[in-house]
Amino acid sequence: MVGRSVGVVTPQRMVFEEPLVLRSGAVLPRYELVYETYGELNAAKSNAVLVCHALSGSHHVAGYYADDPRNVGWWDNFVGPGKPLDTRKFFVIGVNNVGGCFGSTGPRSIDPTTGEPYGSRFPFVTVEDWVEAQARLADRLGIAEFAAVIGGSLGGMQALSWALQFPDRVRHVLAIATTPKLSAQNIAFNEVARQAIMSDPDFHGGDYYRYGVVPKRGLMLARMIGHITYLSDDAMAEKFGRTLKYGEVRFSYDVEFEIESYLRYQGEKFSRYFDANTYLLTTRALDYFDPAAEYGGDLAQAFARAEAEFFVLSFSTDWRFSPVRSREIVAALVHSEKRVSYLEIESRAGHDSFLLEHPHYHAAVRAYLNGVRV
Amino acid sequence: MGEQRRGGCAVRDHSERERREWEVEKESGEAAEEPLRAGLRFDLQAIADWVLPGERVLDLGCGDGALLAYLTQEKGVVGYGIENDLNKVIACLERGVNVIQSDLDRGLAGFEDGFFDRVIMSQALQAMHNTQGILQEMLRVGREAVVSFPNFAFWKHRKSVLEGRMPVSESLPHQWFNTPNIRFFTVADFVTLCELLDIVVFEWRGFDDEGRALSPADDLNFLAALAIARLGRR
Repeated sequence: MVGRSVGVVTPQRMVFEEPLVLRSGAVLPRYELVYETYGELNAAKSNAVLVCHALSGSHHVAGYYADDPRNVGWWDNFVGPGKPLDTRKFFVIGVNNVGGCFGSTGPRSIDPTTGEPYGSRFPFVTVEDWVEAQARLADRLGIAEFAAVIGGSLGGMQALSWALQFPDRVRHVLAIATTPKLSAQNIAFNEVARQAIMSDPDFHGGDYYRYGVVPKRGLMLARMIGHITYLSDDAMAEKFGRTLKYGEVRFSYDVEFEIESYLRYQGEKFSRYFDANTYLLTTRALDYFDPAAEYGGDLAQAFARAEAEFFVLSFSTDWRFSPVRSREIVAALVHSEKRVSYLEIESRAGHDSFLLEHPHYHAAVRAYLNGVRV
Repeated sequence: MGEQRRGGCAVRDHSERERREWEVEKESGEAAEEPLRAGLRFDLQAIADWVLPGERVLDLGCGDGALLAYLTQEKGVVGYGIENDLNKVIACLERGVNVIQSDLDRGLAGFEDGFFDRVIMSQALQAMHNTQGILQEMLRVGREAVVSFPNFAFWKHRKSVLEGRMPVSESLPHQWFNTPNIRFFTVADFVTLCELLDIVVFEWRGFDDEGRALSPADDLNFLAALAIARLGRR
C-alpha cells in the first residue's frame, strides 16, 4: 500500500440541541453525531474534506483504535499520509449519519419523549437530511467551506447533494460509483432486503429492542442479497466458481457451494453488529434520492445551482450503479456548463471496487486532489 | 536537418535546394519562432486562433489537455476534452482540465444536439474506425468542427512512396508496423468525403513539415504535411 496509516484515532461526539427538521416533515428535537478527523485543519480553514459513508460505513474512515487495533477504518487504503486523500494536505472528517448505528442518534438511541429506544418511531431520513446535519457539524467545527466532499455509492449521492444544497460551501465533489437515482431494479433489491428484515419474527414491527432480540435472520438475508449486487459476475466466478465445499454434492440444503458459504459468512458477520432499523432507513434513503425530480426529471437543471467542480468515477463491472449511470451525471453537468471530469476504471470487482486499492483509480484521485488548492 | 532526427529509413535525403531554403529561414528566425508562439504547438495554436472568447468547446482526443488549458486561460472558453488513454486523462486531471474518458469510436451519445460552439479533433481522425460517424457526430453536437490531420499526399511522402518506402516523418512518426493510424487519406480525399457528407469546409490552413504556415493560395494537397479544416453545415 502506498502511504502510511493515520495511526491511532479517537471518535468524537457533537451534541446538537437545535431541532433538525427532516424532509419528511418530522423533527428530531436533539441529536448527536459521532465523527473522526485526520490531519490538521489549516489556519485559513480551507483544507477540510468531508468523506461521506455508504450503507454499511461509519465515521471510522481511517486508522485504528488504541484498544482495538484490528478495527481499521473502512477506507484506510484511501485516506492517510501519502495516500490518495493525503492527510498531510487535507483535514479529513468522517461522520456517522443520523439514523446510523455506530454512535450517532439512530433507531437504537433513547427517544427523550418516551425514555425508550426510538425503534419504529425513528423518523425517515434522506440524503438531504444527512447533508443538512453534516453542514451543522461543519458549522460547529468552524468550517465555512469544504475543499472537497467525497463519497462512493450512497456516499457519492451525499457528495452530489452537497453541491446542490450548499453550493457555496463545497469547491470540489468526488462522486464515485454512484447514480443520480436508483433504477427500478435497484429499488427491487432494496425491497427484497427490507422484506427479509420485516418478515423476521424477531422484528416486532421495528421495536425488537424492547424484547431483547434482533431480527438476525432477516438482516443476514438482507446483507446476502446486498452482497450479490456488490460483486460482479466475473468476480464471483473467479473467486468461487462452482467450487464445492466438500468436494462433492451431498444432496442437502446446507452449504454445498463455496459461494453459499461466503454469503452466509458475510451475512452472519454483518447481522452481529449492524442495526436492522438502520438498514431499513438507509435503503429508503437510497430509494428516495432523486435530485432531478423537482425539475421534472431534468438533471442538468437540478445541477444548475451547483458551483463546485466535479470528478465522477465509475467501475467497468459495477452493475449496481453502472458506468452508464455515472455518464448521466456527467452529461447533465456538461449541459449545465459545470466543470467536470470523468473516468471509468477497468476493474473486475464490481460495485465493491470503490473500496479497493486499484492503481489507476488511486492514481486518478491523487492527480485530481493534487490540483485542489487549499 | 531532419535526416538524423527522423531516424528510420524513409525520407532519407533532402534536395540541396530545400536545405538552402531552410538555412535561410533559420537565420531569419522564422522557423524557430513559429512553433514556439505562446508555448502552444503550432497546429494547436492555429486551431486556437479560430476559437472565439467564451465559446463552448469540445476537444476530441484532447491528449494532455494543452489546447484546452490554453483556451480556458486565454479565451475563457467552457471546455471539455474527451480522451480514452488513462495516462493522458491523468495528465489532464493534473493540469485541471475537464476531461471525460470515453471511446470516440462509440460516438458522442449523451451530448445534446448543437450544444457546443466548436468541436475540435486534432490529429486523431486518421486513427478512428468510424470516420464518417464521428464527423457527423461532431457537427451534430457542435455548430462548427475543426479537424487537423496529416496529409499523406505531402510531396515528401509522395517521394518516399516513389522510392518504394512508406513515409516516416515528423507528421507521420511511426513505422508501418506500429502506427496507430488506420486511415490514410489526403487533403483532396478529405474534400471528397466532406462533399459526400454534405459538410462545408469554411477554411483551410496548411503547414509544411517544419511547422511553417503555408499561404492560402498554396496547393495544400502537395505542400502541406499537416492540414487543418474548419467545417460546418450549409
